[in-house]
Amino acid sequence: MGRKLLLDKANVPGIRSFEVYRREGGYRSVEKALKMSEADIVEEVKKSGLRGRGGAGFPTGMKWSFIAKPEGVPRHLVVNADESEPGTFKDRYLMEFIPHILIEGMIVSSFALGSNVSYIYIRGEYAWIVDILEEAIAEAKQHGFLGNNILGSGFNCEIYVQRGAGAYICGEETALIESLEGKRGNPRIKPPFPAVKGVWERPTVVNNVETIAAVVPIINEGGEEYAKIGVGKSTGTKLISACGNINKPGIYEIDMTISVEEFIYSDEYCGGIPNGKKLKACIPGGSSVPILPANLLLTTAKGEKRMMNYESLADGGFATGTMMGSGGFIVMDEDQCIVRHTLSLARFYHHESCGQCSPCREGTGWMEKILKKIEYGKGEIKDIDLLWDIQRKIEGNTICPLGDAAAWPVAAAIRHFRDEFEWHVLNPEESQKRNYGLAHYADPIHVPSAV
Amino acid sequence: MAEEVKAPPANFKVTIDNITIEVAPGTTVLNAARQIGGDVAPPAMCYYSKLQGSGGKCRTCLVEVAAGSTADPRPMPKLVPSCRTNVMDGMVVKNITSERVIDARNGVVEFLLLNHPLDCPICDQAGECHLQDLGYSHGKEGTRYEFERRTFEKEDIGPYIQLHMTRCILCYRCTYVADQLTDKRVHGILDRGDHAEISTYISKAIDNDFSGNMIDVCPVGALTDKTFRFKNRVWFTKPIDAHRDCDNPKCCGKATLWLRGDDVYRVTTRKDEWGEVQSYDGKPGWICNTCRFDKKKTSDWVIEGPTKINRHSVIAQGHYENGVIPKDTTKEVMGGRAPKLLMDIHSVSEVNPNK
Ligand SMILES: Cc1cc2nc3c(=O)[nH]c(=O)nc-3n(C[C@H](O)[C@H](O)[C@H](O)COP(=O)(O)O)c2cc1C
Ligand code: SF4
Ligand code: SF4
Ligand code: FES
Repeated sequence: MGRKLLLDKANVPGIRSFEVYRREGGYRSVEKALKMSEADIVEEVKKSGLRGRGGAGFPTGMKWSFIAKPEGVPRHLVVNADESEPGTFKDRYLMEFIPHILIEGMIVSSFALGSNVSYIYIRGEYAWIVDILEEAIAEAKQHGFLGNNILGSGFNCEIYVQRGAGAYICGEETALIESLEGKRGNPRIKPPFPAVKGVWERPTVVNNVETIAAVVPIINEGGEEYAKIGVGKSTGTKLISACGNINKPGIYEIDMTISVEEFIYSDEYCGGIPNGKKLKACIPGGSSVPILPANLLLTTAKGEKRMMNYESLADGGFATGTMMGSGGFIVMDEDQCIVRHTLSLARFYHHESCGQCSPCREGTGWMEKILKKIEYGKGEIKDIDLLWDIQRKIEGNTICPLGDAAAWPVAAAIRHFRDEFEWHVLNPEESQKRNYGLAHYADPIHVPSAV
Repeated sequence: MAEEVKAPPANFKVTIDNITIEVAPGTTVLNAARQIGGDVAPPAMCYYSKLQGSGGKCRTCLVEVAAGSTADPRPMPKLVPSCRTNVMDGMVVKNITSERVIDARNGVVEFLLLNHPLDCPICDQAGECHLQDLGYSHGKEGTRYEFERRTFEKEDIGPYIQLHMTRCILCYRCTYVADQLTDKRVHGILDRGDHAEISTYISKAIDNDFSGNMIDVCPVGALTDKTFRFKNRVWFTKPIDAHRDCDNPKCCGKATLWLRGDDVYRVTTRKDEWGEVQSYDGKPGWICNTCRFDKKKTSDWVIEGPTKINRHSVIAQGHYENGVIPKDTTKEVMGGRAPKLLMDIHSVSEVNPNK
């Protein structure tokens, strides 16, 4: 059984309250950190090897050290609790059940970054969690961990919770900043980077909920101890939200030394695939990372066991590998239709594109329409090539990575499951009779009249 | 010996499509390329040098950076928007010499035309449309898009401007005009993705005194001048530089009058070779609505002389001197009968059913 750092107290009754959380050893990291220098805390985080848990996996300590420190200009920490990537629901669990670990991590991180006003930007759909967080903030303040002169250290810090209106693009850090400032959530063109000009044009660090929560054990146990957990550059623990065709969907804290196979089949984690069905494919890191067919998922192209960590999942690049992403692990059994799932994702990215840049604005809608055409038995072989060409022209040519996030699922589905697309095209009637299991839609899809 | 402190060079050397030029630090790749001119300058649909913060959105100006700088000669992995990327000393840029750029630009043109009707024969912007030019230089002969295109009803946004969203390419230029030039901004972008549209705040009209400049920055025929709309084609009119003593302190009073005979059909700002409003004494030459919409007599203006138009431009084609109105010969050739209108192309379009 792997070590748990974030969820180890998740089952303690009443852990949501300050009292219980404190009794269980909570807020020790704040006491410790306030006696350290800002630079020493950044150094500990660097030593820990912690990588951002929001998706891109950028080293957190390094990101913190980039923050500009112009004389007399306030700085800000913003916690990204937008969690809109389909398949990813780990931050919600953390905030709902152990809100104080986030607040504790934020106080330490705010101190290290010199932020006296920090924000939690949370997706509007997590309405009930807003209340939980606000209560936790009020409790922390009541006990002297927030507000002015925290624990007599002279450090002042306030935390505000800001709700988004529920747009995926507002999880992208610069769009998040625009939205936080009360504007339309359009990504900004970089440079300048948030570390130089972020919220209110001030130096800003945007970090994921899980990233900031991980700062607590790092300070408590020291960066070096944290780095001993895991393997290679995948240090510490990672929350995985597992869903799809598995016996035990849920949130798992893993230490990144287990294999994908073990994660799917062992009783400690997903517990295998229901009804003895075979594994067909998996999207291991949230909907935007490339899907892998079972063979490449369990073993890399080199024939090694694929492990649940950043390096192993990415092994082989996009040709034969994928990404850890945000840890949204979506499993598909042999009955799942890749075409329909790809359509479902394309539909999402089309709906969520902000519309600033032409390739993403126009290309995402076009891909959805072609996929609809194929899915409804009206596709032609040339449509598959066209899809390939469109995703190729979006990828890398847009302002923010949403364009890539829309292109990759389509690219990977065609790369690994082209025969299934062709089967749809060549067997239109049969493809319509299939039972699609998991895939269902809130509203009916209209086949475009031109088709 | 004390170490020699190297001062940063006063000028940065940049090589674009094998041509090297020196530019001031802070210059963008696009503006450096414009200094060289010709095909080396990437096309730009959303960037507008006189509008702060514009650019970066349409992706038509993407270029390949083959070497970042002398200090760090590594190539940049992705194509970059030249309008928002600053030159570094020793940078090597490929524009039309890069196959990747041509390929990406092809894609961008295709994307832009997905929801932009090719109704140039009836569009008021024909002859002055940057998308039309881009389509010729970087587009394909056919379309691979077979679905219904998005269409909108035309909308009157105030007394002078008509918006036809169907043609809008969401370049955001007009919203920057609204932000930076006019008071009481009432229009902007609503909704997201390919549902996004330019609109006014619930039935508000745009009536501030500099709003007409939105028409001039619109690269396509989405925002049109209601006092000129369909009264003529630009290549039948003759552009003349003129000025007047305008009492609006923000207005430069320098304009182009578009004449047919002695009639002033339209008044616009003066444009430079990149299709942008011309600068005077370093200031962009925006004009006020009074000059643009109310001064439609040559006697309102001091005429300076014919506007210099690139001879390759379609506007240079119907250039008739002396201001004589051509004789109307229709009745003669029809044996004295008046012509009968079979189809009004202004109201019927197959390409674009909602007009
Ligand atoms: C379209 C898009 C959506 C994103 N959504 C989220 C999100 O919901 N939550 C999140 O933490 N990061 C999200 N990200 C990543 C953030 O931009 C940013 O990299 C991250 O918050 C940084 O935190 P980290 O360094 O702790 O990972 C998104 C990125 C993109 C491009
Ligand atoms: S890539 Fe898509 S979401 Fe990102 S800025 Fe461009 S249009 Fe908006
Ligand atoms: S109306 Fe014209 S200027 Fe405004 S965004 Fe659309 S294309 Fe650009
Ligand atoms: S002109 Fe550079 S992106 Fe539009």
